[in-house]
Amino acid sequence: MAYTKRSDGRDLEELRPMEAKAGVIPNADGSAYFKIGNTIAYCAVYGPRELFPRFLQNPKTGIIRCHYSMMPFSGSGERIRPGQNRRAQEISKVMNFALNPVIDLTDFPNAVVDIFVDLPQTDAGTRCAAISAAAIALADAGIPMKDLVSSVAIGQVEGTVVADLNYQEEAYPGVVSDIPVAMTHNTKEITLLQMDGEISKQHLLKALEMAKRATEKVYQVQIKALKEKFVRE
Amino acid sequence: MGLLTKERDIVIPGEALAEGLDFLPGENTYREGEQIYSKVLGLVTVSGHVLKITPLAGPYIPKPGDRIIGKVIDITMSGWRVDTGTAYSALLNVKDATTRFVRKDEDLSKLIAIGDYVVVTIIKVTSQNLIDVSMREPGCSPLPGGRIIKINCQKVPRVIGKQGSMISLIKQKTGCEITVGQNGLIGIKGTPAGELTAVRAIRIIEEKAHQDGLTDKIQQFLEQK
Repeated sequence: MAYTKRSDGRDLEELRPMEAKAGVIPNADGSAYFKIGNTIAYCAVYGPRELFPRFLQNPKTGIIRCHYSMMPFSGSGERIRPGQNRRAQEISKVMNFALNPVIDLTDFPNAVVDIFVDLPQTDAGTRCAAISAAAIALADAGIPMKDLVSSVAIGQVEGTVVADLNYQEEAYPGVVSDIPVAMTHNTKEITLLQMDGEISKQHLLKALEMAKRATEKVYQVQIKALKEKFVRE
Repeated sequence: MGLLTKERDIVIPGEALAEGLDFLPGENTYREGEQIYSKVLGLVTVSGHVLKITPLAGPYIPKPGDRIIGKVIDITMSGWRVDTGTAYSALLNVKDATTRFVRKDEDLSKLIAIGDYVVVTIIKVTSQNLIDVSMREPGCSPLPGGRIIKINCQKVPRVIGKQGSMISLIKQKTGCEITVGQNGLIGIKGTPAGELTAVRAIRIIEEKAHQDGLTDKIQQFLEQK
């Protein structure tokens, strides 16, 4: 049976409703809130600041460190053990890879910019929400960046290519694939591409084309959040 | 061809500012092919053919000649290590700290102790952001006490105002002595009530830094007190 009607009634290419805000954490140097459907991400950016342990310091450029974490109550009822785990470590790492190409910290040798992302509520697509939130927070912190990174998941459910899967679709009993994609805006470079499940070659190419249009929608929300913070009265 | 944005527009990183070769990329911008893009979140400034971005947020970048407020965090063989509120600490040499003769075996903590705040001028910054500061420049001294607050360094020009109009307004209305460091640290000393009013006024400026007619708003606020 083909998957023609999505579980929440969206169009195939329609993303879940998005909401974003910059500067939500006054203590941080930059911060952001990003919501897509039921997935909520808060991001705080600190730095550039002195980097310890010292052996991580790079005398040629500053570095970024991402810390991804799902809150204990963020799932569907099962308590999630707080703190580091294998999954969080992996996501922190891919976030680093996703954001690094656009960040220019050559003026801050030996320094670090710390990016903390916490998710109080999750419903699939957390790493994408985390990256989109982090991009807003980094811009809000005034970190020099060549471009913004926008991220959204694309996937295939029973032979139908869809954008921004929710948990129900991800857990659909059948052939499902979930492909989180992060892209820069101007050059459309892919900075994150992972996959769960299986997909045919034609579907993958179609999905990547869809990703371009989908990340553009995320980008519009990101710009709006950043510009709204500075409206003149 | 030409400009894609207007003067004083808010732009975000990666936003195209101009097309073609008529314009040159200035501070916080870069050229890629035909277009000039912004590198930070800020306001567009067009000066002649050069496009610049005045950042709305961001870290303090130490520059020689800047007067900053720092906190003494360590004492070394020949001076003090000063936290500048950035990722890099500065060195204050004994010979730059005082005009009086300091004996070789003298206890430097008698002059400036760890934890003291000092107003210093940056005299040298290397490519690796090693910073040398001096206290022998005009207006530099240890801070006499009072309270220290931190604001974003990009908002310092608004706190000072045109030719110091804003800061002298606050000083006059609250009776506080206020020292503003370029790195965003502000030392305020006066009566407890005056200090509180000054802090509140500065917080308002910080919040509304990108708006026009700020001096009037602050004047209104201070007169209500």
